[in-house]
Amino acid sequence: MSNIVSALNQKTYADGIAEVREIGLQGMITLRGDMASAAVKSAATGVAGVDMPAPSQVNCVDQRGICWMSPDELLVLCPYETVADNLAKMRKSLDGAHALSVDVSDARAVFDLSGPHAREALAKLVPVDLSPEVFKEGMFRRSRMAQIPAAFWLHTPDTFRIITFRSQAQYAFDLLKVAAQPGSEVGFF
Amino acid sequence: MLILTCPCCGVTGEETEFHAGGEAHLKRHGPGSTEDQFEEYLFMRENPKGVHFERWRHVYGCGKWFHAARSTTTLEVYGTYAAQTHEPPKDLRDTISKKVPGWTWREFQ
Repeated sequence: MSNIVSALNQKTYADGIAEVREIGLQGMITLRGDMASAAVKSAATGVAGVDMPAPSQVNCVDQRGICWMSPDELLVLCPYETVADNLAKMRKSLDGAHALSVDVSDARAVFDLSGPHAREALAKLVPVDLSPEVFKEGMFRRSRMAQIPAAFWLHTPDTFRIITFRSQAQYAFDLLKVAAQPGSEVGFF
Repeated sequence: MLILTCPCCGVTGEETEFHAGGEAHLKRHGPGSTEDQFEEYLFMRENPKGVHFERWRHVYGCGKWFHAARSTTTLEVYGTYAAQTHEPPKDLRDTISKKVPGWTWREFQ
């Protein structure tokens, strides 16, 4: 059996004003369907073990969670090794409902940007108001990070968790590294 | 720079997060239509100075299409509304009328 690794194999950059770390393997299941439907909701919450988030919100505990991606799409997070079982469980509970569930774990890369300056490092890259009064814990935002699509939320009060496409992982890492380079504090927030 | 609010996911973002999709409310003439109608569908576009209606897509966000009403001169966005409609909603047209009395755009006013 081959050794499964994430895009950058937990590459870390800790010399700057914020720490950048690729978190390694994270199980992710895309679930599309009518979010008003009880079957879709229970399929997501049953696997993730967290409550259904409100629009543009996320509920995430450690490696389990639900991200609200769009009015008809959820991203269900779970530990990487449990994806196959969870997908089967999800499809069983979706039985008959018009919905789509796919394992996308290997199509994405996940980063943690942490430290007291994490907020301003990320604010250099995204066209989103990240001031502490506006962007709070629990909010989930899909936007762009320089030239690539990215989705992020505050995983802990000073750690952003960022999801990008796997093929763009190196670009995303380099980008975050430059935004967090030593001496680049802005001091705006 | 345009500041658009996506009516599908409620996110307010600036225009680089979206993608413009051309003029709104085109009537798609297909098989059985006259050549004039087909020409109009393919080529004839408004080029207004002022109020304009366009299709936009929230490409880096929820991925949904929607409509936006904006000014081509001031870049003010009067409002956004769902893609599933054949005409701008009445309340949006009233809002524009308050700001730009006497505006017309194709058959709308």
